[in-house]
This record gives sequence, C-alpha cells and structure tokens, in this order.
Amino acid sequence: MIKTLYVPCDSSAISLGADRVAAAILHEAQQRGIRVNLIRNGSRGMFWLEPLVEVDTAQGRIAYGPVQTKDVASLFDADFTNGGDHALSLGLTEELEYLKRQQRLTFARIGITDPVCLDSYIAHNGYQGLNNALNMAQADIVKAVTDSGLRGRGGAAFPTGIKWNTVLNTPSEQKYIICNADEGDSGTFSDRMVMEGDPFVLIEGMTIAGLAVGASQGYIYLRVEYPHAHKALTTAIDKAYAAGYLGDSVLGSGKAFHLEVRLGAGAYVCGEETSLMESLEGKRGLVRFKPPLPAIKGLFGQPTVVNNVISLASVPIILDKGGDYYRDFGMGRSRGTLPIQLAGNLKRGGLVELAFGLTLRELLYDFGGGSATGRPIKAVQVGGPLGAYLPESQFDTPLDYESFAAIWAVVGHGGVVAFDDTADMAELARYSMEFCAIESCGKCTPCRIGSTRGMELMDDIIAGNDLSKNVPLLRSLCDTLLNGSLCALGGMTPYPVLSALNHFPQDFGVEA
Amino acid sequence: MTDTSTMLSTVQAIATALKDKPGALLPILHGVQDTLGYIPADSVPVIAKALNLSRAEVHGVISFYHYFRETPPGKQIIQLCRAESCQSMGSKHLEAHVKAKLGIDFHETTVDGAFSLEPVYCLGNCACSPALQIGTDIYGRVSPELFDELIANTEAAA
Repeated sequence: MIKTLYVPCDSSAISLGADRVAAAILHEAQQRGIRVNLIRNGSRGMFWLEPLVEVDTAQGRIAYGPVQTKDVASLFDADFTNGGDHALSLGLTEELEYLKRQQRLTFARIGITDPVCLDSYIAHNGYQGLNNALNMAQADIVKAVTDSGLRGRGGAAFPTGIKWNTVLNTPSEQKYIICNADEGDSGTFSDRMVMEGDPFVLIEGMTIAGLAVGASQGYIYLRVEYPHAHKALTTAIDKAYAAGYLGDSVLGSGKAFHLEVRLGAGAYVCGEETSLMESLEGKRGLVRFKPPLPAIKGLFGQPTVVNNVISLASVPIILDKGGDYYRDFGMGRSRGTLPIQLAGNLKRGGLVELAFGLTLRELLYDFGGGSATGRPIKAVQVGGPLGAYLPESQFDTPLDYESFAAIWAVVGHGGVVAFDDTADMAELARYSMEFCAIESCGKCTPCRIGSTRGMELMDDIIAGNDLSKNVPLLRSLCDTLLNGSLCALGGMTPYPVLSALNHFPQDFGVEA
Repeated sequence: MTDTSTMLSTVQAIATALKDKPGALLPILHGVQDTLGYIPADSVPVIAKALNLSRAEVHGVISFYHYFRETPPGKQIIQLCRAESCQSMGSKHLEAHVKAKLGIDFHETTVDGAFSLEPVYCLGNCACSPALQIGTDIYGRVSPELFDELIANTEAAA
C-alpha cells in the first residue's frame, strides 16, 4: 500500500531544511522498499515545529517535528509511515492546541492540500465562491463583500466593498484588479504563506473581484524577495488558464479575466498603492497625490481595485458562505478573522488566524509561549516597521482596529514582533528613521529630508548630546513627518519613534 | 559575457520580446539582470530605444530600485535581513560576524569574487529569525556558526 506523507514547501520550512528532509525521506523509503506518495503541502504555520512531517493514517494525519535529516532513519525504524511512536511524534495534527484554538477561514486549506493541485483545491471547497459569483449580478457580489464587513488587510483597513463599489460605478472600457503582494513589513508573512500554500484562493478572489467590478485584467505585484511564491503563483495561474478558470471566457461565462504576476525590485515604498501602480507602469515608484483615488483613476489612468493578498484571499469564502457568515466573526467594526503573524523573539512563532478581539497577552503567551530567549518581553511592535512599540502595560489591548487606534497604535497587516529586555528602544527608533531614509521615494520633503535629519538626531540622543534640546526637536520633527508627508512611509515613521520615546524614555536618557 | 556585442544582442532580444507588454520596463530589467547578473551601463541605450524612453528615464528607474545592480555581482549574493524581527533575535551580532568573516561591508564583493553582501529588509521568514538568503536558498535561525558552515559548503560546491 502506498503511504501518503507531507513535507511543507513553504519557504520558512525550507529555510529550516524541509527540502533536505523530503529528499532524505524519499531516499530512505526507496532503500527500504516502502512505496510513498510524498506531497509538498503548505505550512500549518507552527514554525518551531518545522520541518513538520505528516503521515496519513486511518485516524487522521499524524505529525512529527521538527524533523532533521538525521532523524529520518529512526522515523522509518519507528514505522512512522503507519503512525508509529517516535520521540518527535506530536500526535494528530488537528488536535495540536495551537491549531485547534484557531478559526481558519482564509487559511482553511493551507497546510492541508498540495498548493498547486487544482483538483485538490476544488475537492476542499475551492471555486465555490466563483461558481456563486458567476450567477450573481455585479452589484450583488459587491454587496456580499460589503455586508461581510471585510476591511483591507494590508494595513489601511479601508472597507473593501466600498472600494469595489466605486470601481463598479466608474464607467470605463478597461478596469484593473491589482493584488498588492509587496509584503515588505518586517514581522509579516501571511501573504507569502497564502501565495505559497494556497495560490488558487488568491486567483479565485481576484477573478471574483474582476467579475464584480467589470475588470478583465489583473496583476499580482509580487516582491522579488519571494521566489517560492512566484513559482507557486505562476504554476497555479497556468493551471487555472488550462482549466478555463482564467481567460477570455471564465468557465464559459463569456466574461474575461486575465492574470499576470509582475515582480517588484526591492523598494519598500512600492507597497504603497500609488507607488505600486507607478512601478507597474514601468516607472520609478514615486507616490502619487490623492485624489484622484485609484478606484477612479488608477493603473494607466483607469479605475483600479488595489487590494492586499489576504483581503482578496478572503473573498472566496465570503462568496461561498455569504457575507453574514464572515461578519459573525470579530468585534466592533473589525469583522471576520485576521491571520496574525507571531514573529521575532517568541518561543512559538507562527500563523494564528482568529476572529478579531484576542488580546496581545493571549497571543504572546498562550500562543507564542513567551520569549524565545526566556527573558521578559519588553516591547512588541505590531503592524510592521511603521507600527508603534507597545510596552507590557498595553498587552491587554484587544486586537481590533479601533482599540489599537485608541492607544495610538495600528494593527496594520497583523504582524507582531516581540523583543526581550535586551532591546534598546533608542537604537530601534534610530533604525526606524534610517529605514525611512533608505526607502523614501523622495517625492515629499518631510520624508526625504526629515528621515535623514531624524537619524542624525537619534545619533545625538544616543550619544547623550544636549538632550534638553534634541528630544523636543525630535518630537517637533516627528510632528512634521506625521502631518506633512505624502504617504504612510513618512507619515507613520513617527509611530515607532515616538512610541519608543514615550514608553521607554529611560532608553533615550530622559526621565519618565 | 565574453564581449560587448554578445551582451548587447542579448539585451536587444530581451527588450524586443517584452517591449509590447504594458509597463514593460521592469520586466525587461528583470530579464536582463536574470540573464547577465546585472544591468550593464551599455545596455541602457538599447532598452531606452526599444521603449522610446530617454536614457535618463531608464537609468532613473534602475537606480530607484535596490534590487537592480549596475555592477557584476560575486558568484553568490548573500542577502542578510536587517529588519526588526531579525534584530530581535540578534541579527546585529550576526551582521558583524558576516562582515568580519567575508571581510566586506554591505554592497561589496569579496576580493576573490565569491560573495556579494547585500542588506535586505525582510525575507518573510520572521518566525525563524534571523534570516538570510544565499543565492535563492533561504535559511532561518542563522547563528554565526551556521553561517560559517553554509559558507564552507557553498565554497566546497563551487
């Protein structure tokens, strides 16, 4: 009998040796004359257990991890292909507490299926949302997304349905759907996991968006740092074309939707939607003035939907199960689920998809297991390099857009980076200014010049020079950046800088 | 590339194949860099002509994006993450070790031409920090000892 085994093809799993483990398993199986069907699945998102090897058994999938090549022979000795006991045995995957406590809607298939197998995608409820959408009026598709309460998961949290509605109601011969896959925020990897682990769900979401607003061309603007995602997406797109899910007549509906992946080139600012469109047009990624909104005058001057990967990947389940189903998760005005990424100095880093409302403390300790180094967690940066640093006293804040806004912080793209008590918050504030200087597109003065001046100021502050003058000057500079910048890069760099200063003044050499 | 004319005809072929795509410049630049390892200054007029742009416009785009390079890289490009998540797990210490081991700073190439070192701002491997990439191979939880091992393996394979 052929045994089915799973070794993730996720790049984080690969970074810990998954490719070598997969090769070693195939080699060992051949030596022993055991026939195996080894599937490269996406990751379950429990990275301290990667490479996580799973085997299909009558009871369900049994997990072993973290597996290194040196463990492979002993796994076979323990008859792991039949679920045999081994020191690395973790029991049934679905019963693992970290997974069991999650509410996986967008990530429903990730880690379970072969990411680039269309049959497997369809067998696990894939393309049901598109099938429904094909029988709906455009306005009804948009209404379902509006009713779901879905807000842009890229960071700005703008209601997706409202954006779609604007594009739907702006007449034009040509409209575009852009997927912003320029996931440049440190501490975030949920977009990458979707693209590597379930690319069809993104393709389906974009196809539905195209039908809804009347756009026949989609682009995925992918950062060049994600080669594995690029490969998975292009493979999946080819298969979707071959099966009629993309092309001049999607599933014979007579409605066209074409999709292409375009690579960025290492510019963080191109994650800003107008800079992204400039880049797609083949130009320097300079931020545009708004208005006009991209929904009215976007790519090549045409009405354009620009949505993040997670937003678009959440659309299929909304069209499959209805807006109400999705909206019933969450709290306040933050509806649905958020794939939270636990990163940095944590014992159990990984992907946790849950309805909005969990507190940071629950995430950091119940899921994350505390710091990896075993030292106290001093600060947490939520929402990427433009997100605020939160001290321990704010760990009880529920993860919800409004609750975070109330403490001058952002949920952003849901990345949570933990730092232990060895972190120097003044150094981190200096890094924020340096990052802004490196990545500034240069169009507006506050960001272009302010970031460099901010870096110099932080050097002075770290050296202890003239603090009574320099600290107020830093605040004044941040005020200029905050209110005078053209986009969020300059406009939000003050979040990490000022939150570090306000919550950890001792690191800046000033009294609390 | 052995000589300039071969290089130019390669660039010409890439530009001709891609120039009719909407927003073709980035795909062309990627094509050139994927093939030649960098974007030679001599290729700029060829690309500009194919797209009916000025040389300044093409140069402006190349210089805007961190990923595009105008000088040949070493045999392997090492991309070391400098972002916050990696910092929280000791990337500054790793960075100092990497620079000392290779004897170069960021944006430089070792004298033997084996390695170029580039900073990167997130590889999306933040649950396994610190991270780096050698060529297209990504590594997580990289200690100085693991880095030395990776370098030794890369050199042995070369």
